[in-house]
Amino acid sequence: MQEGLDDGPDFLSEEDRGPRAVNVDLQTDATLQVDISDALSERDKVKFTVHTKSTLPNFKQNEFSVVRQHEEFIWLHDSFVENEEYAGYIIPPAPPRPDFDASREKLQKLGEGEGSMTKEEFTKMKQELEAEYLAIFKKTVAMHEVFLCRVAAHPVLRKDLNFHVFLEYNQDLSVRGKNKKEKLEDFFKNVVKSADGVLVAGVKDVDDFFEHEKTFLLEYHNRVKDASAKSDRMIRSHKNAADDINRIASSLYTLGTQDSTDLCKLVKVSVAALQKIESRVAADEDLKLADLLKYYLRESQAAKDLLYRRSRALVDYENANKALDKARAKNRDVLQAETSQQLCCHKFEKISESAKQELIDFKTRRVAAFRKNLVELAELELKHAKVTMT
Amino acid sequence: MTALGKPPDSPPQLSLCQSAVRQCVCVCVSVSYPPSSQSTMADTARDPPPELSDFQELQDGEDLFPEPSAPLESGPASLPAEDISTNSNGPKQDSLFDDDPEDLFAEATEEVSLDSPERDVLLSDGPSPAITPITPPCSLITPHIDMFTHCSFDEIEEEEGGDSFDMHISVSDPEKVGDGMNAYMAYKVSTKTSMSLFRSQDFSVKRRFSDFLGLHSKLASKYLHIGYIVPPAPEKSIVGMTKVKVGKEDQSSNEFVEKRRSALERYLMRTVKHPTLLKDPDVLQFLESSELPRAVSTQALSSAGILRMVNKAAEAVNKMTIKMNESDAWFEEKQQHFDNLDLQLRKLHASVESLVCHRRELSVNTALFAKSAAMLGNSEDHTALSRALSQLAEVEEKIDQLHQDQANADFYCFSELLGDYVRLITAVKGVFDHRMKTWQKWQDGQILLQKKREAEAKLQFNNKPEKLQQAKDEMRELEGKVQQGERDFELISKTIRKEVSRFEKERVKDFKTIIIKYLESLVQTQQKLIKYWDAFLPEAKAIS
Repeated sequence: MQEGLDDGPDFLSEEDRGPRAVNVDLQTDATLQVDISDALSERDKVKFTVHTKSTLPNFKQNEFSVVRQHEEFIWLHDSFVENEEYAGYIIPPAPPRPDFDASREKLQKLGEGEGSMTKEEFTKMKQELEAEYLAIFKKTVAMHEVFLCRVAAHPVLRKDLNFHVFLEYNQDLSVRGKNKKEKLEDFFKNVVKSADGVLVAGVKDVDDFFEHEKTFLLEYHNRVKDASAKSDRMIRSHKNAADDINRIASSLYTLGTQDSTDLCKLVKVSVAALQKIESRVAADEDLKLADLLKYYLRESQAAKDLLYRRSRALVDYENANKALDKARAKNRDVLQAETSQQLCCHKFEKISESAKQELIDFKTRRVAAFRKNLVELAELELKHAKVTMT
Repeated sequence: MTALGKPPDSPPQLSLCQSAVRQCVCVCVSVSYPPSSQSTMADTARDPPPELSDFQELQDGEDLFPEPSAPLESGPASLPAEDISTNSNGPKQDSLFDDDPEDLFAEATEEVSLDSPERDVLLSDGPSPAITPITPPCSLITPHIDMFTHCSFDEIEEEEGGDSFDMHISVSDPEKVGDGMNAYMAYKVSTKTSMSLFRSQDFSVKRRFSDFLGLHSKLASKYLHIGYIVPPAPEKSIVGMTKVKVGKEDQSSNEFVEKRRSALERYLMRTVKHPTLLKDPDVLQFLESSELPRAVSTQALSSAGILRMVNKAAEAVNKMTIKMNESDAWFEEKQQHFDNLDLQLRKLHASVESLVCHRRELSVNTALFAKSAAMLGNSEDHTALSRALSQLAEVEEKIDQLHQDQANADFYCFSELLGDYVRLITAVKGVFDHRMKTWQKWQDGQILLQKKREAEAKLQFNNKPEKLQQAKDEMRELEGKVQQGERDFELISKTIRKEVSRFEKERVKDFKTIIIKYLESLVQTQQKLIKYWDAFLPEAKAIS
């Protein structure tokens, strides 16, 4: 089955490539346009062909493509996060790992059960499985693309050198995935960070805007997490129900082939139509609603991170102030304290400024994305319901 | 016209019959008809109306049902007097026409449409000697009438829904009677009918579940072994009943009671739809009399229950050892057919049950999601988006209710019916098994007879007169038994054929109604979905 799915181009070309900038509403800028033109699925990795069209001078050509893997996207994301310069910006969240495990399991089960099923059942299940695989594939491509587009649209991040390397460097970036030690380090860093976050969160902010944003984001993040989980469950049940309808349809079909009454033919036709609709409804809900929520889950996490960084900077600033006062009082290391205070102050202000803008942007983006998706969701549901009626 | 054994669902046959009907209409009109013989059929479905006017009615093609009843009563009686080879029903009828009064019944059943009550009258009232041989003029009618009734089978079927089979039973008002472990649910069984079989038009009685089981066991003991498909009663459920007895007023026990109530209703309707069973005095008593002797033998842990279980096990073993020489391809084919049907229905039933389960899950999850979306809308500070999200939450809530309803429809409509049919098919298979047993008995009798003959021959050879006489007597007895066995076997085979075709008809009808209802409910669901999403769309678009 892997062979059949290796011809990546077929997947992307035949569908309308509309649902790409699904979760963000971006102004595409002529100076830098990035998209994923192609994707290839191999044994356990997906190779994306990143295609860039740019009029910027620092690129050697105007249009070029490279092949990238998921790890390289992660590397790019991490490089942004670790860069102090970008502390004041919401870093676009990294795309999730392409997860074909579920499909692979099903494929295995299908292979094992091949002997026990009738030919029609087998082909039908195979088709279902392929459709599922295709859906997951498209989703992961979309996620990666969104990440790149966000970076490209961001006025500051798009100028990042790593980004340019990512886009242009023809050969393998030889980014290795984090080995165990590094993963452990990451884990500890996260723990420290969250503890710190709790401490820092207690500090009251001078600026009302940020205070408000903090409370808002916290609450929002939690609720989005909840909604995302619930919508996942709902869609899973829906898919289960659709699967059942499939099975019923096939049983009715076999029943109908025995009974030559036209009753069963009628039933066959209607149930077959119904089953397709139900599974498509489930899939669409999945795409529009669940993905939206998941994406904003990650985004709000990123925004929270931004605020955390800012609060941290504020705390640092205040600490520096205190140190300065102390130094002045003791009249020792004043210069040092002053410089550090200046640094902190500068950093803090920089962050505050950009953060404000970022958060406002975040809100606009969010509103627009929700609008788009909800509208599409409603339209699709209507379409399906109307089709079922006929 | 082909033999009655063929499943009667081939349309071309019907059209042919219809033209034949018109022919025999003319014939019927011209015959004068002694009404005396009809009055003996006091408890037929309707009083035979004055003949001529009947026959006039025939012209409309309507009300076909009464007509065959009138002439047909004379039919069986006159048949012995007549050579029925002219009858288009086929040669095998000839073998039936012995003088044995029992066979009147048998012949009648061959020729008459499966659902006419007269022959059933014959059954329940015993072979009716009251059918006096009718004057020959009537016999003229009979071949035509046979054709008529035979081909108007389908039309009569439709009449069944109309005024000929007018009975509606409902089981309602479950109430708990008594307390503690001796408590039980009493159901009100209301019958509305215009059939003259009953004392009144509209009456109701209180029954409990063991009464239903008692009725079923009585009917089964009377009719199963001669080949009638007796509808199986709903199953006992110790867990469910215990919960009810203990008095938990929660969702699952309510559901259980509701499930049981609708199952009992379906059981009764199916039983009375069967024309033979309808006339049975036990059924009548069940429906009418206010007091019914308590059927204790149906208790799960009683001695009778244990005896039943032992019997069942013994029968299962016996079934494996009987190897029947199936001479009739029809039976083999039908058995195969039922086996397949059984398998498929079971599979379908399992799928539908899992669908019900998942839909319920879906509705629960949708409700949760709706709440969550509402909260999200609350925390969102952009007003339009917030409003849109709360709208979404409302829509999802309504959808959840929709899914719940759909799940219920799935369940009550579809899944229960499938369960019923799975059990019915088990009953059908049981009937086939009885036939095998009858055959076995017959064959055993024959073997015994053979042995006795040999013994007799030996005795004759050895010249022992007294023993010879005894042997001769025994042999005569045995011969009688063997003949009886053969007749029983033929009888049961015939009955089964009829029953099976009736069953198939009922099944197709039932399924059709249910599926149409189900599809309608699906369409309704989709319509509501459209309504909700339509309302939501402008809200979503209004997000600035």
